[in-house]
Amino acid sequence: MKELLEGSRAVAELVRLCKPGVISAYPITPQTHIVEELAQMVADGELPAQFVNVESEHSAASVVLGSQAAGVRSYTATSSQGLFYMAEVIFNIAGMRLPVILTCANRAISAPINIWNDQQDSLSLRDAGWIQLYAENNQEVVDFHLMAYRIGEDKSIMLPVMVCMDGFILTHGMEIVDMPEQEKVDKFLPPYKPLYLLDTENPMTFGALADPDFYMEARYALHKTLDSVLKLLPKVSEEFRGIFGRDYKDCLVEEYCTKDAEKVIVAMGSVCGTIKEVVDAQRAKGKKLGLLRIISYRPFPYARIYEALKHVPKVAVLDKALSLGAYSPIAADVKAAFFGKKKAPAVISSFVAGLGGRDITLDSIKEIFSRLTIKEVNSAFVDLKPELLREEYGE
Amino acid sequence: MENKPLPPHQLPEKNRCLTNNWCGGLFKPGHTACAGCGQAIAARLVVEAAGPKTIIANNTGCLEVFTTRYPETAWGVPWIHSLFENSAAVASGIEAALKYLGKKDSTNVIAQGGDGGTADIGLQALSGMLERGHDILYICYDNEAYENTGIQRSGLTPYGASTTTSPPGNNSIGNILPKKPMPEIAAAHGIPFVAVASVGFIPDLQRKVKKALSIKGPKYIQIHVPCPLGWRHEVNQTFQVAKLAVETGLYPLIEYEFGVLSSRRQISPKPVEEYLKAQGRFKHLLNNPESIKVIQEIADYNIKKYGLKGAALDTKPTNV
Repeated sequence: MKELLEGSRAVAELVRLCKPGVISAYPITPQTHIVEELAQMVADGELPAQFVNVESEHSAASVVLGSQAAGVRSYTATSSQGLFYMAEVIFNIAGMRLPVILTCANRAISAPINIWNDQQDSLSLRDAGWIQLYAENNQEVVDFHLMAYRIGEDKSIMLPVMVCMDGFILTHGMEIVDMPEQEKVDKFLPPYKPLYLLDTENPMTFGALADPDFYMEARYALHKTLDSVLKLLPKVSEEFRGIFGRDYKDCLVEEYCTKDAEKVIVAMGSVCGTIKEVVDAQRAKGKKLGLLRIISYRPFPYARIYEALKHVPKVAVLDKALSLGAYSPIAADVKAAFFGKKKAPAVISSFVAGLGGRDITLDSIKEIFSRLTIKEVNSAFVDLKPELLREEYGE
Repeated sequence: MENKPLPPHQLPEKNRCLTNNWCGGLFKPGHTACAGCGQAIAARLVVEAAGPKTIIANNTGCLEVFTTRYPETAWGVPWIHSLFENSAAVASGIEAALKYLGKKDSTNVIAQGGDGGTADIGLQALSGMLERGHDILYICYDNEAYENTGIQRSGLTPYGASTTTSPPGNNSIGNILPKKPMPEIAAAHGIPFVAVASVGFIPDLQRKVKKALSIKGPKYIQIHVPCPLGWRHEVNQTFQVAKLAVETGLYPLIEYEFGVLSSRRQISPKPVEEYLKAQGRFKHLLNNPESIKVIQEIADYNIKKYGLKGAALDTKPTNV
């Protein structure tokens, strides 16, 4: 049914349809609306889950680790500092192969403290062993959560999934969302059946010490499983299309006017809506521009990116995050997709925009296209205010 | 093999070889604890008192390391280790899951850790668990230092003890800070049951575990467990050292119900030197009457505060 919903409300509605047994979270802006909605559903008896109010994000993640290990579908959400405070547990959940689902309402990282959107939080945890999906709009937010449970709980995967949605832009944005019906959700997402669980009828040890004779194989298995997600996501996406009618193709990337494009921006998340608008307007004027949107950031779809961009002369990668002192995160990955290959764009420039909630406007995108020339740039900042920078930074 | 051991819950009661664990007990031998490890003994006593219908969440520490070196495990109950400081939160999730599944009433949930994992790095998670009212028994195995990482000082290291990070020297007598009052901190949450036990008093320890598990809600038991390696006592003196800690008044065996002191083990106090001289970690104090006097004052304070020489308490909690 199509409804006008705030992004957070849409997430909460979808989570309810997925019937989690345990929900635990700790307040942090801009994630809070999601769990407030879920708490209300539990209070109203609409969601028969245990809602555990914890004293920190570290414990929120630990609670869902424990409940998932006990064989119950679980859910948590966080942002920014909260995700970082969870970080130790985040790695642990993946290593223990527990398919917890977490919504990351993307927000900037301190210092300076800033509650607004960029993607530094989840990008910084890219190596944790979680599948990371980035949504462009609230319909995708809903659909990706549903697919997240399905993929994470697949017997061949058993991994946690982080669904990333831009803080405020999506979490607090009102959009028309087609909410799936319970009957269809149940058809797509069967009840959670763990391979192993904490059960007194069949006692098992979880989280044993792996010495140098065993540790590497456990990590290798995790790594290989993440790779195999690249094959499973397109299948799940196809099944999703069959039931719900919405087509995310392989659900790894979205190619928007890339086939004959002379310049393409690579980006993730809600900014892609803005980029599409610029592409449409410029194409109407005869300029061959395009967008390659990354949906699955982990695992990273190197082969798909190579195929999509190998004939494109100039590529700009837009990061809403930094790897301080190095190439920006998405840019580094995109460049790696072409190393040692016969075909490659002549230029892969990288741009940084929208940090700490600075608006990325149509003009910002136009500027990126215009600065995308034969002269390659790396981590070039867009929309900087030179008057705020001291002379020694050379701006 | 024909004689494949049955899981413990399928064995007849009389065959649940609780001490001779080879046939599939709840805490099996073959683990890698040091000789004379008080924690290993206490952990076995706890799980055997709790029985097979128990799920355990364990902090990182000696107990985790010496019982679960992959591919082996000493545990005959479902057992999970996640991190150093989060067993109370992991157990909270397990308890919530069991409630959701309708299995909580038939399953005990125990969270456990060492003194560092409990009183220092895990205190926040523990406080959250106690405050939220989960039906979980938390066990702190108190060997009074970070023994697993090489005998560093923790918040439960007693006054005067030598550790690798509170060594005695020209300017120091060792650890100059008092032991954190964890039982009182737990009791201040108003939870139904808090107890202090010692591996030197086995029936008392197991009675407390059984009593705790008979009560719904959050419970906290702190068990004094000598560590021959860290405390530098003979490996055959574990029980003696544990007993002396209680008998000198340095480790009072007390119980709180709903925040009120409800029970205490009576003693005929021995001088603290008897306890101190049995251990290398206090050796540097034996020629230092000033420090011994301070430690005797700690024992005397305990004896007075808890009435360890007085009449037995009415076990019913009062509203005073």
